[in-house]
Amino acid sequence: MSTDKVRWTPRRLVSHVLLIAVTLLFLAPVVYAVATALKPPGETFADPASLIGSHLRWRNFADIFDYLPFQRFILNGLLVAAIGTLVVLTASSLGAYAFARLRWRGRDGLFLVFLATLMVPQEVLVVPMFILMQEFGWVNSYQALIFPWAFTAFGTFLLRQFFRGIPYELQEAATLDGCSPLRTFLSVMLPIARPALGVLAVFTFIGYWNSFLWPLIVVNDVSALGTVPLGLELFFGQNGSQWHLVMAASVISLVPTLLLLIALQKHLVKGIAATGLAGR
Amino acid sequence: MATRPIEQRTRPAPGFAARPRPRRRGGPGRRERWYAYGFLSPGVLGLTVFTLFPVAMAVVMSLYDWPIFGQRSFLGLDNFRYLLLEDPGFLVSVRNTFLFTALFLPLNVVLSLGLAFWISGSRWQQVFRVLFFIPAITPMVVNAVIWKMLYQPQGVIAHYLDSWFGIAAPNFLADSGTAMISVVVMSVWQGIGYNLIVFSAAIDELPRSVLEAAEIDGARGLRKFLRVQLPLMSPAVFFVTTMTMITSLQVFTQTYILTKGGPGDSTVTMVQNVYENGFVSRDLGVAAAGAWLLFAVILLITAVQFLGQKRWVHYEH
Repeated sequence: MSTDKVRWTPRRLVSHVLLIAVTLLFLAPVVYAVATALKPPGETFADPASLIGSHLRWRNFADIFDYLPFQRFILNGLLVAAIGTLVVLTASSLGAYAFARLRWRGRDGLFLVFLATLMVPQEVLVVPMFILMQEFGWVNSYQALIFPWAFTAFGTFLLRQFFRGIPYELQEAATLDGCSPLRTFLSVMLPIARPALGVLAVFTFIGYWNSFLWPLIVVNDVSALGTVPLGLELFFGQNGSQWHLVMAASVISLVPTLLLLIALQKHLVKGIAATGLAGR
Repeated sequence: MATRPIEQRTRPAPGFAARPRPRRRGGPGRRERWYAYGFLSPGVLGLTVFTLFPVAMAVVMSLYDWPIFGQRSFLGLDNFRYLLLEDPGFLVSVRNTFLFTALFLPLNVVLSLGLAFWISGSRWQQVFRVLFFIPAITPMVVNAVIWKMLYQPQGVIAHYLDSWFGIAAPNFLADSGTAMISVVVMSVWQGIGYNLIVFSAAIDELPRSVLEAAEIDGARGLRKFLRVQLPLMSPAVFFVTTMTMITSLQVFTQTYILTKGGPGDSTVTMVQNVYENGFVSRDLGVAAAGAWLLFAVILLITAVQFLGQKRWVHYEH
């Protein structure tokens, strides 16, 4: 569409008005959740229905902390997601560089093994992974939330594709200047790969932040080790009828991902368009 | 593929070329190999411990009676036989998962494709993309909890069905006739933004020249869409249907939050069956076997999709 002025024909106008209406309808559940989070107790299903209750009750957001340690869930979630993302970025960028730019015997064979593991769904892995956690003594621990899913081949695959697109001349210049492969990797390849690393980082972070099945299995003590989805599920189970509090907790759980989306929208869109699979 | 250019480009200037090649290649080559092993070690170690080993374990476990606590004993294929022939829940969960996929997949693909074309005509395309992406990025548990509120018998959906259309709404999540479709509607709402972006990017990359040529030839509207745009986008459509199929066969979180599989077992999915066998009934062998059956279903359907793609996916562009 770019810069040239688009003429507002009646047809375009109607199309846009309808599109905006559809978008508003689409976003209505989120808006309604925020509105409910600000309603006084007992007004969620008030008749006649209204978006805003008798007054705006900001205290709901403070009240939920009396029921469950939500600050703990948020900190747990941030900690697990941050460390997990760091591990994923480190392991997969190192591996991707070896696959993309170093020559060694068995490279293609090992890469096929990496690719093959991408097909295995998480459900096949969770059962033996739980046994593994028992063996390691990791049941109910941060390690168990972080490490089992930090070595999936997806990141390696994504970054390998990116590294392969970097001109060889840069690598050669570094080698001629006497850089070791490690030095070349750190000071030439990584800086260039920042966009790809960023996309991988965001989707990995969100994956950790949102994950539910594995924490549900491996965490027994939710009040100590729960992440946000787990904490929210527990809160919901205990206070399911207090919708104003449930929604306040939900809205708080939405905030980090929404902030990421707003801050990084262009990169996210590009990342999905380019890589296709990330973030599922 | 990539190795030939490397050799060509790393060939040194003519003056150096006179040196004996084996020495030159032996030295840095071996060093490079050791660097490669060093670089790979974290990834390979992690993948071995946390993927390859568990996969092997999962094979073994599926052949055992393997309670979380207590004695294990070898069963052969009994776990599979139990799931397929005796367990009343497993086949129901397969049926439910297929039903979910059969409803969710076409709705998601058609709606996201339609929306992608709709917003492609707008100068705020990027804004719409981001707005529709919101539920795709927020935690599934949150989305499901929000919809659980909307679906309550006294909730907004029931309220407006009644006051605007005079329809007495069913108890969406507690009525076996509406529970699954309610889960599907919520899931489509959640998942549409993702595919919208993939389609939207594909539309942006449609070759202008071909579209203009088609218009000159008189292709307009639906005809242009079906005969020109859709075939050009077929790789994206294939990609989206394949990926969406795989993820929808793995549906768990939203049904777990919205209905816990109920009412009765009308929304228990295959993953929930695995979860309950393993971590509620504490029978890990049966859970592992169920997970393999799920994997088999995914592989089979994906294989069929890949074989079928020759008929309708065009990769010329």
